[in-house]
Amino acid sequence: MFTEKEKKELEKELSHYDYKRAACIEALKIVQRNRGWVSDDSILDIAEFLEMTPDELDGVATFYNLIFRRQVGSHVILICDSISCWVMRYEDILGYLQERLGIRPGETTADGKFTLLPVPCLGACDGAPAIMVDETLYINVNRALLDDILCACDRRQP
Amino acid sequence: MAKMATIYIDNKPYTVKEGDNLLHACLSLGFDIPYFCWHPAMHSVGACRQCAVKQFKDENDTLGRIVMSCMTPAVEGTRISIDDEEVRAFRKSIIEFLMTNHPHDCPVCDEGGECHLQDMTVMTGHSYRRFRFKKRTYRNQYLGPFVNHEMNRCIQCYRCVRFYRDYAGGRDFGAFASHHHVYFGRHKEGALENEFSGNLVEICPTGVFTDKTFKRHYTRKWDLQTAPSVCVHCGLGCNTIPGERYGLLRRIQNRYNGAVNGYFLCDRGRFGYEFVNAERRIRQPLMKRSSLPVPREEVMQHLSRLIYFGARVIGIGSPRASLEGNFALRSLVGEDHFYTGVSAMDARLLEKIIMVLAKGPARSSSLAEAGAADAVFVLGEDVTNSAPLLALSLRQSVRLKPMEIDKRLHIPEWDDSAVRNAAQQEKRPLFVATPYRTKLEEVSTQAYHAAPDDLARLGFAVAHELDNRSPAVKGLPKKLHTLAEGIARVLSQAEHPLIVSGTGCGSEAVLESAANVAWALCRKNRSADLCFAVPECNSLGLALMGEGSVSDAFKAVHDGAVDTAIILENDLYLRAETEDVNSFFDKVRNVIVIDHSVTGTASKADVVVPAAAFAEGDGTLVNNEGRAQRFYQVFVPDRDIEESWRWLRDIMAASGRPGLKHWTGLDDIVQAMSNSIKAFKNIAESNVPAGYRITGQHIPRQPHRYSGRTAMHANISVVEPKPPEDKDSPLSFSMEGFSGQPPAGLIPRFWAPGWNSVQALNKFQSEVGGPLTGGDPGQRLFEPVQESTVSYFDEVPGAFSPRENELLLVRVYHIFGSEELSAMSPCIAESAPGPYIGLKPEDAELFQVSEGRDVRISINDKEYSLPVKYLPELPSGVGVLPAGLRGLEGLELPAWGRINNQAKG
Repeated sequence: MFTEKEKKELEKELSHYDYKRAACIEALKIVQRNRGWVSDDSILDIAEFLEMTPDELDGVATFYNLIFRRQVGSHVILICDSISCWVMRYEDILGYLQERLGIRPGETTADGKFTLLPVPCLGACDGAPAIMVDETLYINVNRALLDDILCACDRRQP
Repeated sequence: MAKMATIYIDNKPYTVKEGDNLLHACLSLGFDIPYFCWHPAMHSVGACRQCAVKQFKDENDTLGRIVMSCMTPAVEGTRISIDDEEVRAFRKSIIEFLMTNHPHDCPVCDEGGECHLQDMTVMTGHSYRRFRFKKRTYRNQYLGPFVNHEMNRCIQCYRCVRFYRDYAGGRDFGAFASHHHVYFGRHKEGALENEFSGNLVEICPTGVFTDKTFKRHYTRKWDLQTAPSVCVHCGLGCNTIPGERYGLLRRIQNRYNGAVNGYFLCDRGRFGYEFVNAERRIRQPLMKRSSLPVPREEVMQHLSRLIYFGARVIGIGSPRASLEGNFALRSLVGEDHFYTGVSAMDARLLEKIIMVLAKGPARSSSLAEAGAADAVFVLGEDVTNSAPLLALSLRQSVRLKPMEIDKRLHIPEWDDSAVRNAAQQEKRPLFVATPYRTKLEEVSTQAYHAAPDDLARLGFAVAHELDNRSPAVKGLPKKLHTLAEGIARVLSQAEHPLIVSGTGCGSEAVLESAANVAWALCRKNRSADLCFAVPECNSLGLALMGEGSVSDAFKAVHDGAVDTAIILENDLYLRAETEDVNSFFDKVRNVIVIDHSVTGTASKADVVVPAAAFAEGDGTLVNNEGRAQRFYQVFVPDRDIEESWRWLRDIMAASGRPGLKHWTGLDDIVQAMSNSIKAFKNIAESNVPAGYRITGQHIPRQPHRYSGRTAMHANISVVEPKPPEDKDSPLSFSMEGFSGQPPAGLIPRFWAPGWNSVQALNKFQSEVGGPLTGGDPGQRLFEPVQESTVSYFDEVPGAFSPRENELLLVRVYHIFGSEELSAMSPCIAESAPGPYIGLKPEDAELFQVSEGRDVRISINDKEYSLPVKYLPELPSGVGVLPAGLRGLEGLELPAWGRINNQAKG
């Protein structure tokens, strides 16, 4: 079931649309913002709330890579592997991240702190290589910057 | 007439309908262009990129550009090339790309040999696989007893979701994820809920969705013996192609008829066939005095003694038997001793329907016409469950308004996703008035739930609004008056309004009010159509033949004038209350049953004679539209099994009764029928006589690739037996004969060179999606009387008033379970609900019963114990009982029931 906070956010979103189902992407984002990911149970709850079937809603949820249908770590690191970042040797920072975290792209650390995901573009080609941690974009990333970012994450518990 | 345009295909001019998409136009002209996502009933989305052609600006343009033919309209002067080298390479590369993830499992795939993907791959010339990497794999889902799922074969054409969701209105199936791992299935494993899920088998261009019942006794398409047939599981008469091998009926496929079922069948029609193979089949003559089957000669001798000249014999016919069977029985016993074998109530309702259709000004609509109506009023019928494909048609009728909008927006109506996008939630009007909530309400403009009498009152009120010569309804509540006004206004503004009703709620008043509405519209110069759902495959045909009901037969027996009763393909326990049937059997000295399956009635008989099931014989059925349709024998059954009319003919001959009939083939008995019954005067008009040959050849039931002909009987004799003779039709039980296209009514299967899948159908239509070449088969038996002077029905029932401690019980239909024959098939039986009583929760509270608990209820002095199911939208004072389910069969509803509120447990 939804928390009061979620309910309020959902209701607000609904007010923008003629049809409830039109709010489905926003509803998924709201739940993900509050819970980190969208579980099967959340799908059932949101579907009922929007008068959709779980099949209809899950079709939308699974379409978007950044709607997480599996549990992710407290911090999600998106690393761009698109052309500009590739030209700027993003593999270096990816290798370093893998080494430090002990995981490969698509995996979550054993302590549940970090999930590492590749993305095709972060829209920051001028600052390649780029990564995004949670909602923050980092450009011109190098090892030192990565150390700082991971340290900051360690301190800033969700 | 549509505006025509000249287009140039590879520099040759052709005339096509202006505005059609090029794929449609080219296929209709007979060209081969490969395609996947396009479907003639679901139109274009331009998703698969397979149907590419090259378009040129004018005759000087040598470069051209590649376009998708399904998304490009044909306009005057359009120049395209199908054969251009570059575009051929393009099409080949698309297939190669689709095939990178397609498994190499054709030999073990059920689709193999009738696979559109195979056909298209061969057509494009992609014959060498360069891809040497891993293919993506999926987990498959359990989708219920009908459809098998094998996702690895998917080529992402999206046809399945487009059919299931957009066309059939299903909401428990979808497309998941994106790019190379798109998945078509359910959110969670489980049986597909939509009544039309079986069409996925034919919609899917490859083997993702296949027929699960077929899988259990699988045979390649080229090894199936097939013939044109008609579905026997409801009154709509959808055309089917049953397939047989080694004496076993293997599957049912859709047989396109542009006026009836089009491209689709319901799951009851597609999967209900297994009763033909069931243990319950009667395969040899049986006699009560012998525990073993009796030889035919002995039975004949015995029967001739029972039916000697002078014996008092009555005949009880059946709405699930062919016209010929019923007519033979009627001829044997005489018109005065023939009873139609329907319940007293059904007899009254059917007589009314015939009167309305034959005497009134409103036309009976075909299924195809129903789908094209622009305003629909459903009065008292749960069509999704009683006449499923009609519900599918009505779902399309609500969609048509968008097309009008789109004409304004200049979106061609074949551009499916654009059309849906422009239409959003806008729909054409559909009013549904039924006793309980029906599934069609999902797409209705407005729904109304009431007791049958109140439904009739609404109908009468609408008719009165349209024409004040139709009687007024006294004491109509204001709210209902407003509703009636609204419906009347919408109907009178429509160009092709349609009124749908039927025998479902067992009320003559409902039928009368529906007739009044349609007639009032006709008198306002609207071409209003009527569509009545009837219970069984030959209900209307039988009603045209005679009048007496089962109750009349019982009365004759009670009056003591009967020695022997012959019961034709009928289980009387479904037609009347058990006690009445039992006392009938007690009174009749000899009971002869001719049937294909063991029923309660057959087990009471002194003599049982094995009749042919639909796939084992020929005959004629009259559907709800009044369309007489022939079904043809698919295979030769066990030795003793014969069509009922042949048994009856032989019994007649053996008994030495007068009027011995020399019917050798079906044509003879049809001719006799058409001579002696006025309603059937035209029935033989569109039939192809048994002597018909094409270049001196039969039409073969077996494909030319049929294998094992010389080996399949080798365990008995190495000498190949002579194929059985068919006296009834131009079809032969052989692979030899004319290999081209036969007349439309005789198409045994859809196949064309290079087109092994069902999509070969394109080659059999005069225009893709249009009628079959030479016209859709079937003969309408009645047309409206244009200047009809028939007067309005004027008996408006009083308003329904609930009774204290009692409930008015009406029938609720279930697509799976409410029909007798399909319920004998395991997969349908598995999908049927158990018996229950549906109550409004408030009423249940009043009777102190609750959901899930058993409640005792007495109806006509008989007590039933049934679990309660809450149906919140029932009108108060009304309860529902499922029709035809075990323990409730034979109960005539509506009837009042008294609840014994001392609930058990």
